Amino acid sequence: MATLGRACLLLALAVSIYGIAASLYGARTGRREWVRSGRRAVYALAGVLTIAFGIVEAAFLRDDFAFDVVASHSSTTTPAFYKATAAWSSQEGSLLLWVWLLALWSSLILWAVRRRARQVQPYATAVLLGFAAFFAGLAFLLADPFATSSPAPAEGSGLNPLLRHPSMMIHPPMLYSGYTLFTVPFAFAVGALIARRLDAEWIAVTRRFALAAWFALGVGILLGARWSYVELGWGGYWGWDPVENASLLPWLTGTAFLHSVMIQEKRGMLKVWNVSLVLATGILAILGTFLVRSGILDSIHAFGASTLGRPFLVLIAVLIGGSIALVISRRRDLRSEHRLDSLMSREAVFLLNNLVLVGLAFVVFWGTFFPLISEAVTGTRASVGPPWFDRYTVPLALVLVLLAGVGPVIAWRRATPRNLWRGFRLPLGALGAMLAAGLATGLGDRPTSLGMFCLAAFVLAAVAQEFGRGALARRAMTRETLPVALVSLVRRNRRRYGGYLVHAGMAVLFVGVAASSAFQANRDVRLAPGQSTRVGGYDVTYARATTGLEGEKVTLGAVLDVRRDGRRVATLRPDRGYYPSTDPSLGPVARYFDGQATSEVGLKAGLRRDLWMAVEPDVQALEPFVREADRRFRDAGADLQGFLIAAIAERYRTRPEPATFRIIVSPLVSWIWIGALIVIAGALVAIWPPPAASRRREASAYARRLARELGRA
Amino acid sequence: MQFLLVLVVLAAVVALVSAPLRARHADAPEPGDDDLPALEAAKEAKYREIRDAELDRRTGKLSEEDWRSLDAQLRAEAMEILRRIDAAETG
Repeated sequence: MATLGRACLLLALAVSIYGIAASLYGARTGRREWVRSGRRAVYALAGVLTIAFGIVEAAFLRDDFAFDVVASHSSTTTPAFYKATAAWSSQEGSLLLWVWLLALWSSLILWAVRRRARQVQPYATAVLLGFAAFFAGLAFLLADPFATSSPAPAEGSGLNPLLRHPSMMIHPPMLYSGYTLFTVPFAFAVGALIARRLDAEWIAVTRRFALAAWFALGVGILLGARWSYVELGWGGYWGWDPVENASLLPWLTGTAFLHSVMIQEKRGMLKVWNVSLVLATGILAILGTFLVRSGILDSIHAFGASTLGRPFLVLIAVLIGGSIALVISRRRDLRSEHRLDSLMSREAVFLLNNLVLVGLAFVVFWGTFFPLISEAVTGTRASVGPPWFDRYTVPLALVLVLLAGVGPVIAWRRATPRNLWRGFRLPLGALGAMLAAGLATGLGDRPTSLGMFCLAAFVLAAVAQEFGRGALARRAMTRETLPVALVSLVRRNRRRYGGYLVHAGMAVLFVGVAASSAFQANRDVRLAPGQSTRVGGYDVTYARATTGLEGEKVTLGAVLDVRRDGRRVATLRPDRGYYPSTDPSLGPVARYFDGQATSEVGLKAGLRRDLWMAVEPDVQALEPFVREADRRFRDAGADLQGFLIAAIAERYRTRPEPATFRIIVSPLVSWIWIGALIVIAGALVAIWPPPAASRRREASAYARRLARELGRA
Repeated sequence: MQFLLVLVVLAAVVALVSAPLRARHADAPEPGDDDLPALEAAKEAKYREIRDAELDRRTGKLSEEDWRSLDAQLRAEAMEILRRIDAAETG
């Protein structure tokens, strides 16, 4: 089926180029049939790429090692679940996934808005197809997923063990969905600029999709953090890795856009700013893909080769240059319709929030690209680490959380001191109470963390107050019960209250980050069986060694007995899995310990604290036995090889050497995941479309009322 | 066999993409009703703003006096948009 797959890729490239030409011709001449034909090219693109991606997936599931990509990223012993996901662990499959998702999302969105933004849509279609042509071209010319070898190897290299985690099933597709969805607002912004239709319509058309992109990218980032925490064996959830940062950049500017676009919708202000944010977000989404696929910066995620760097750089240069030229050439059409009425208004708070978010994005961008910048300037590649990022991001994050509490409470246009006092009494009370409690419990020596706790209390109180006041007002108006009034309130104002939930979730998430960063107790310690250590008030004893042979890996681990004040609170079983190398020069036993290894951490998660433990067995101590086994049984068959590995493992279990443990007691980490779930819930509430019928009824009621008033005027 | 499948996919793509061009009555260039969708979007945004202001009053973010003034201004703006929609529809 490789021929069909390649033909589909070529067809994807051809149909993209045709669609660009048809859309632009239709837009220039006003002939709608060409515009429709261009839009159908996107549907056709989705169809052929679905076939192409299906062929690659089928090849992985069938262990068809004639496909080079399958032979290098899967094996017969790879579990079926991971075979299905192995496609996007490769450069080739990853690019195909990107363009396939782009085609699917573009089809869905262009179909949904086919009767709206008619002047803008053909140009947006052309831009989306331009992206598709670029990625289909890359896949066809430089990273062909349908390259085959004959004769096919009998066995493949297997999947990178680090990627054998359930979240890897969803993490890359969600990130790529976020990236590709962010190209949609970008495309419509470019269309609006070209067509000079910079009114409310393109904003109305794209806002929901920008929110969907923000949601998908956020879930992708969250899953990546979770994977890092439970799989990578270093005990953290965010390491300021370049690829992590690359996904954060469009998310930050996208967050800024979702706030500032409300000012344009309501007041016709900040048009230049909004269109620039959308364009920057789209470019940063492409930049994120570039970073993960080019391997230009060292990263745990950068699985790609560097052959794609040049085309990506050309694309990014064209996007930046074109965007700047478009915005400058349309500056007269982008004039604001109003001015800011007061600094004490929601508009002003949103503006400040935008500055903070863009400031954060700039810090992350600078820190991420510092190695390249320093190399260009000094000739030496230098990088910055987490302390550098923390120095700048922590104060900005504090301001951001403060604004997340101020925004929901303050009124649009102009707030009066009386209303401000009425709105901020309760949140300020919560802040004061948290401050007093923190100082009383000795948190005063950690001012940053205490500040974050206080601000989180401020946000949660502000959001709770907004829900409460809204529900009470609705109850007074409709005489519904309070729970029914609350549900009705949220249903009728999904965007507002969904947004408030997101703010509350972010506050909770930041509490988890602040607590786990500042009050974490950790220790790297070497223990022999029977020895103990004390970390964060817990006594941890290395009870015994464990081993296991699971599929293609051998695991060496430990049983850890955890006690607090003499009472057993947990028994944890961290281990390390060793996957055989495919290097034929290694012996039948050594290849297990010279291949890749992954950590399975021992984790007892709780609302108050997580106990997190990882083990690094001393495989060096096994080396004499491994070398001897390899020398004696150099040409061992699979059965004898299995027996030898089992014998070495058994020796490790019965006569274990001391092992190195990383033990972390981290308070409130679970609140990071709980906060993230609240954010997801809030985003879903905001994205969910209002019932069309009720919206029409409501609109027609307003129209009738206004018509009556017009009749009297 | 694969060659046949390629031809089938190609034929399906050509049929899908060319359908609007093969329609008997190809569309003439459309008359200038370009402003209508933008005005409808502006109207929706203005209605939302009126509703938001009402909610702000009920939740205490706007005083009665401020709300009356704002509401009157927003409704005047909404009426202006409706006038322009009428003009676009009839003209």
